[in-house]
Amino acid sequence: MEAVEHSPNTPLEYQTETGRLNILGFWIFLGAEIALFSTLFATYLVLVGRTADGPGPAELFEISGVLIETFLLLTSSFTCGLAIHYMRNHSLKGVFVWIGITLALGLGFLGFEIYEFVHYIHEGAALTTSAYWSAFFVLVGTHGAHVTLGIGWIILILIQLKQRGLTPDTSRKVFISSLYWHFLDVVWIFIFTAVYLYGMVM
Amino acid sequence: MRLDEFFVTGDPLIYGADVSIALTLIGAIFALTYFKKWKWLWSEWLTTVDHKKLGIMYIIAAVLMLFRGGVDAMLMRAQLTVPDAGFLDAKHYNEIFTTHGTIMIIFMAMPFLIGLINVVVPLQIGARDVAYPFLNAVSFWTFFMGAMLFNISFVIGGSPSAGWTSYVPLAGLELSPGVGQNYYLLGLQIAGIGTLLTGINFLVTILKMRVPSMKLMQMPIFTWSSLITMVIIIFAFPVLTVALALMTFDRLFGSHFFTMMDGGMPMLWANLFWIWGHPEVYIVILPAFGMFSEIISTFARKTIFGYKAMVYSMVIIAGLSFLVWVHHFFTMGAGGAVNSFFSITTMLIAVPTGVKIFNWLFTLYKGRIRFTTAMLWALAFIPNFVIGGVTGVMLAMAAADYQYHNTYFLVAHFHYVLISGTVYACFAGLYFWYPKMFNHRLNERLGKWSFWIFVAGFNLCFFPMYFLGLAGMPRRVYTYGVADGWMSMNVLATFGGLLMGIGFLILVYNIYYSFRYSPRETTGDPWDARTLEWSTPAPVPHYNFAHLPEAKGHDAFWIMKEEIKQGKKPEKKPYKPIHMPSYSGVPVVMSVFFFIAGFGMVFSWNWMSILGLIGVLATMVIRSFDYDKGFYVSVEEIEEHEKTT
Repeated sequence: MEAVEHSPNTPLEYQTETGRLNILGFWIFLGAEIALFSTLFATYLVLVGRTADGPGPAELFEISGVLIETFLLLTSSFTCGLAIHYMRNHSLKGVFVWIGITLALGLGFLGFEIYEFVHYIHEGAALTTSAYWSAFFVLVGTHGAHVTLGIGWIILILIQLKQRGLTPDTSRKVFISSLYWHFLDVVWIFIFTAVYLYGMVM
Repeated sequence: MRLDEFFVTGDPLIYGADVSIALTLIGAIFALTYFKKWKWLWSEWLTTVDHKKLGIMYIIAAVLMLFRGGVDAMLMRAQLTVPDAGFLDAKHYNEIFTTHGTIMIIFMAMPFLIGLINVVVPLQIGARDVAYPFLNAVSFWTFFMGAMLFNISFVIGGSPSAGWTSYVPLAGLELSPGVGQNYYLLGLQIAGIGTLLTGINFLVTILKMRVPSMKLMQMPIFTWSSLITMVIIIFAFPVLTVALALMTFDRLFGSHFFTMMDGGMPMLWANLFWIWGHPEVYIVILPAFGMFSEIISTFARKTIFGYKAMVYSMVIIAGLSFLVWVHHFFTMGAGGAVNSFFSITTMLIAVPTGVKIFNWLFTLYKGRIRFTTAMLWALAFIPNFVIGGVTGVMLAMAAADYQYHNTYFLVAHFHYVLISGTVYACFAGLYFWYPKMFNHRLNERLGKWSFWIFVAGFNLCFFPMYFLGLAGMPRRVYTYGVADGWMSMNVLATFGGLLMGIGFLILVYNIYYSFRYSPRETTGDPWDARTLEWSTPAPVPHYNFAHLPEAKGHDAFWIMKEEIKQGKKPEKKPYKPIHMPSYSGVPVVMSVFFFIAGFGMVFSWNWMSILGLIGVLATMVIRSFDYDKGFYVSVEEIEEHEKTT
């Protein structure tokens, strides 16, 4: 859609009507995502303690792995913010570097999470073990699936950046994907608290 | 899997359906080929992103679903007319009431309303399209493919039979081992994607795409009702998404959310389902309220009474809609305190609803009323809806509900609110906005026949059910005994149901008759109406408005007409090129892949679901790399259009 009136300081992604509409729409989509994760959290909290004959979370959770995951994901949110900073300064190279680091941290997070899941399954706590573990795997797994999808999505955007450079369209896509990435970080903080910390002291 | 397990066999009704489906398909393919219409179908309809065309497709699909759901209803009435009838067996009856409920709510009521919202709302706010035209097409096609997936269940694999609420453990793997329940889960899941996208799309459209001069408190009431509905959709549908996903995990991957063993919690399903399900009933009633407001105001020739009260009462209803879900299972035994809380919140909803009823009545008061068909539906709505609402308050009293629960009293109540609210509104809206969509009116004479027969039939069908319920007849039973003494009222109900069917058929005939014989419209304002959609010419050009209109208050078009009557000359402004989005084949292809993935999951054919999901992802990638910027409608083309209209 056509460019709309804007001041010289307006960031690239806000310079077109499409940019403004899509960013607002994505914020609303994140609202729906909050409703989705709230439902998963509510389900999880309702099913806490319903471990049937299987192991409980306190027996299996290991704080070190979870802390590494947390550290990787929180740092990636920071580097993602730096990428937007460089985008605002019209530095394509800065965007590539910091998004690259963000993706690497995201992949690291995923690697540790997959390792953690495999470990639990070996210890006899799988999706099919009990209501508690069903809720655990679906809540944490939904977050992990979001991260996976986000990595794939951002790689596609990087290819487009390579092809087209920083335009109102590409920077809109980078900006929206950064909103998504920060959102996943927020969800993780709740998972860290409601699932892991609560699970350790249960 | 053997072939006779794949296709449903053994019932002559199903064989009849097989034959009619095959004949319809062959007929459609033959007609498209014979009249050389394939290219037209693809380039004008399947790839369209025009909100008016998508709206029309929504409505066509919804009318087809109304037919399907109506046939289910007629079969149930046929079985229940006399005691100990053997027309349907218990399993078949269960399947039919399940598909009837699911189809009517998810695949009839919602798409019918969303279709009308699609056609009308952008025109009412002076917009040339919605905020995300591509996404709008994705919404329609995912709804359509979800609906098709659900509908083929009765000939391939078997229908779901656990009720539209799908309570566990009945809907669990042990008691519903077939694939029917999977169809329910996947069909609703795919259609739900479309609904959520519609919610976001129209919320942004209404907030950001209005003509600059239209303030929020000047929007037509129908636009307001749509806005509020979209907010409900955005917060309610993710809950359904999760609930369906969890049950899918239970059934396909062996998790234990709702199972009877290993810590599962069956009542969790009921809670999740109704946390979505109760807002859902407001999703299908608020747009109906909006339509009645427009229609009553137009045909009473008065501005709506209590505009602000109308808006705020809808906002309050939307808020309360999230706080009443437990009233669907008072008998679960959550305890006195919990039941009391939800009892009171439920009764509170009667207050803003009552405000709206009085506002409609005061709008009528001293109005110069024109009894068009659309207006008749709106007028019949008020008393019928009040009957449904008052019995709703009776049901809201938790202690009394122990008596009404699961009886025909409840069946009568929700049909009174859903039919006289939503279905009447769909018909009223169809008659009202039909000239905007098809450039001719529906025949009024046939319309009135259809109206009187349907409304008489509706009351004859459902009013006796209140008394059947009080006499103890439980819902969802496939037969009853002579000694129960329920026959006479069941005969009445069946007779009423027949009349409703006849009323519907007259409506369908009216569509054909008006297509052939109705005079084409010469102006865009056949009803002397009040809001901006009527300021567009007939037929509405694909860019909607050559010049963006100006809104000087709600009833913006009425104000415009008054100014012209007082001698104000519309100034001639030069046209400017108009930007429009390009059509795209991606949404329909993506949705076909959704269908393939869903079908694979229904039968646990992993290769097929993976193939489908890869297709979905591939179409998303194609979309991501698509930098199509749309096109400009040239000034010459606009001048050409504006001359002819």
